[in-house]
Amino acid sequence: MDFSNFLMMHQELGLLSIFVILLFFDILASGTRYMRWFRAVAVGLMSLQTIFGFFPMPEGAAFGGMYVTSDLTVLMKNVLNIGTLIVFMQAGRWLRQPENSIREGEFYVIATATLLGMYLMVSSGNFMLLYIGIEIASLPAACLAAFNKYKEKSAEAGAKYILMTALSSGVMMFGLSYLYGAMGTMYFADMSLGVALEPMTILGFVFFFSGLAFKISLVPFHMWAPDVYEGGPTATTAYLSVVSKAAAVFALLLTLHHVFGGMAHVWYYMLWVLTVATIVIGNLFAVRQKDIKRFFAYSSISQAGYIMLGVLHGTEMGLSATIYYIFVYLFSNLAAFGVIASLENRSGQTDIAAYNGLYKTNPKLALVMMLAVFSLAGIPPLGGFFSKFFIFASSAAEGDYVLVFIATINTVISLYYYLRIVKAMFINSPGEDSVGPFKTDGFNRASLVICVAGILFTGILSGCYSYISAVGFGLIQ
Amino acid sequence: MNILSLLVIIPLATLLLLLLGKGQKYVRGVVVGGFGLLLLSAVILAVLFLHERAVSDAAMLFVADTLWYAPLNIHYAVGVDGISVVMILLSAVVGFTGVFSAWNMNRDFFAWYCLLAIGVFGYFISLDLFTMFMFYEVALIPMFLLIGVWGTGKKEYAAMKLTLMLMAGSALLLTGILGIYFISGGTTMNIMELSQLHIPMTHQYWIFCLVFIGFGVLGALFPFHTWSPDGHASAPTSVSMLHAGVLMKLGGYGCFRVAIFLMPEAAHELSWIFLILTGIGVVYGAYGAVLQTDLKYINAYSSVSHCGLVLFAILMLNHTAMTGAVLQMLSHGLMTALFFSLIGVIYSRTHTRDIREMGGLMRIMPFASVCYVIAGFASLGLPGLSGFVAEMTVFVGSFEHADMFHRVLTVLATTSIVITAVYILRTVGKVLYGPVVNSDHLKLDDAHWYEKISAVALIACIVIIGVWPSGVQGIIYDSLAPVMKQLTLF
Repeated sequence: MDFSNFLMMHQELGLLSIFVILLFFDILASGTRYMRWFRAVAVGLMSLQTIFGFFPMPEGAAFGGMYVTSDLTVLMKNVLNIGTLIVFMQAGRWLRQPENSIREGEFYVIATATLLGMYLMVSSGNFMLLYIGIEIASLPAACLAAFNKYKEKSAEAGAKYILMTALSSGVMMFGLSYLYGAMGTMYFADMSLGVALEPMTILGFVFFFSGLAFKISLVPFHMWAPDVYEGGPTATTAYLSVVSKAAAVFALLLTLHHVFGGMAHVWYYMLWVLTVATIVIGNLFAVRQKDIKRFFAYSSISQAGYIMLGVLHGTEMGLSATIYYIFVYLFSNLAAFGVIASLENRSGQTDIAAYNGLYKTNPKLALVMMLAVFSLAGIPPLGGFFSKFFIFASSAAEGDYVLVFIATINTVISLYYYLRIVKAMFINSPGEDSVGPFKTDGFNRASLVICVAGILFTGILSGCYSYISAVGFGLIQ
Repeated sequence: MNILSLLVIIPLATLLLLLLGKGQKYVRGVVVGGFGLLLLSAVILAVLFLHERAVSDAAMLFVADTLWYAPLNIHYAVGVDGISVVMILLSAVVGFTGVFSAWNMNRDFFAWYCLLAIGVFGYFISLDLFTMFMFYEVALIPMFLLIGVWGTGKKEYAAMKLTLMLMAGSALLLTGILGIYFISGGTTMNIMELSQLHIPMTHQYWIFCLVFIGFGVLGALFPFHTWSPDGHASAPTSVSMLHAGVLMKLGGYGCFRVAIFLMPEAAHELSWIFLILTGIGVVYGAYGAVLQTDLKYINAYSSVSHCGLVLFAILMLNHTAMTGAVLQMLSHGLMTALFFSLIGVIYSRTHTRDIREMGGLMRIMPFASVCYVIAGFASLGLPGLSGFVAEMTVFVGSFEHADMFHRVLTVLATTSIVITAVYILRTVGKVLYGPVVNSDHLKLDDAHWYEKISAVALIACIVIIGVWPSGVQGIIYDSLAPVMKQLTLF
């Protein structure tokens, strides 16, 4: 083996060193007064990693095509970095609570580990590495879900997540073994040359897809999401609903058409139906939720359906629209979770009733939440409007107007339940469950400012989409 | 800088200034200044437009074009013809008078009000389908909070119903716009450029339906008008004014600017379906108004009837009727704003809008009552006021069709004039001239100065159009020429 291969892996190496630094910091500083610097160090290092990602990187393959890096994968990793950074900023207050303070460092260390797994998912050129990446990303995530282990719901969420992960990765591995058996290779590049249309490859694909669909929480693989989102700590929920989902979508984006493009006519309608089912079921279930985290679980399921609109056709436009959609979704969803986390830290409430009259007690938080849900609902001039428009356009460009029609009608249903949140905050008067005026911590406020800036400007400033689209058009074969 | 962009920048600047301060005086100063400036620039625009039109025969004037999203060739493209100028003037007048009708509202109210104005003006100046659609939605969403927070009665229900129905309309519209863009070749979103391209007939059918219904929901197309009575009745005064006066015009404007202009063949083929629907809407709205006892509901149903007439006239697809449609938009916008502002005056004093609980207001608040009578006369089409000019042009235009179908429909639609007279005169007779029902009402005072400004400005506009219609009619008639050319091409 040639060690120069490692030089290709700039971002992975950077993240690995962050992981090691944080781990040692945690071990050495645990229990001492230096611990209070931990969050600042974690956020600082993550910011460096994020900024570092925007510098030019070498393109190419390493380890005989096992690992691939290009402008496109770097862009995807940057999106993941930004998401993780914001989650780190929002997690601090919750980790400082007495019952968690002893494991404060663990959260950042474990999250960094999962992020490393997601990097490998995005950069893999071989199904083996993809599988390893998914495992690295999933198993620690179960620890994150069970982080409040003395809380019954959190422990339940962790158990549920680990069981479902194990099952789905087992199914996926089984599918991959079929694919290997049929084609004799695991390399994307080799497999893309000739996907033989035989029952074994089709079955292999279906199993492989189920594994990823679980991570993206597409219907009917979404059952775990509401329970885990509700039970897990809010920071974990935010991380799972944005970063983890984004990584899985990126992996699907890079393999679906590249590897299985030859049998698109076989899976196209299957995925079409799944997309419609995901949008509709996510939306309809969200309408009746009373717990805000459960509510956002269903809302993010339906968002995953919209994301699939861009993935489905495999065009350059769809690719860039998908990345852009995720980029905007990241800011919108994390803004919402930032507000949820602040309220939960303050009062322990996650009921939608707790949001009654929030505009009277905490106008700024209410405004952030309103921008977040309006962006998720696709209201102009917020980023969500543009991302929805482009993702619908990518589908319409392929002449799939029926799908676009179903999706646009569903945005109206989603608007209904998003407006319920707005109504609770702005129209209802504060009830006994409501939270009084309070101030959130500096890091959280900074994260909300970043999110609001993202929501407001990713759409109006066209440079963001143009950049993503230039990268997308330039590189995909 | 382009004068048209100013129309968006001024309300935006007003909105940002509002965020800086909170005091009642500051808020009033900023809002009156902002909307006064807006009115001023709309008038300047109209004057410049008249000058420009004399020397140029381009379809759109003051055109400016900036590339926004290169991958889809989306531009920020603006330009106006006579119809947009008329609509901009209408919006500026109603927006300005609305500020005075909402004199005692707080900062948050005016912030949303400014956002609404941004949407409305942006919509009327847009030439690019994408920006047009974007501004359209910007104009819709503030309604939810404006009605939900500051409304009266069943406000939450009404706000939700209105927002969802209008957004469902815009969902249809979005699919239609994507259809127009990609089926015409996926090269441009500019309406003027799109009109040069041809959309195949098979696609025109479904796109026309989506776009026409999408805009029609906002234009109170029967049977998608049901948001209108609830919404207008629950909204606070100035929001009702702006919504019935201006926002409903967005629908009618879109119907011919997008649906008919870009898909003339489908318009010819399918107009009969929508003509029947709008015909029903015109008569049904008028009958609905007769049955109501709440002043705002009466006016809201009358809006359904009058706005139905706008779509009805547009679908006649001839030059005279379409001129009438635009005139009707203008006239209805002014008189319904006047109605709602006066109902606001009455309601703020009597605390009821039920006509059975009021009477003899003419003696108690003479100024408001006289204005109400004028608004009523405009509504039932008294010569000398704007309603007469508009309805006359519409029906003359409709009758130009020589076939049975159009003539029968026209005759049926004209019956709405009679029914309008019934509910207007009934209301005026009962509320203004009847015996005083509630002796507490005798102590009420007349309109304040700021409410008077609002009423006088609107009446002045109604009278000007009624007495001297040829000016505005000429501009509209000329500006419709490109649409007519499209329609005769096929």
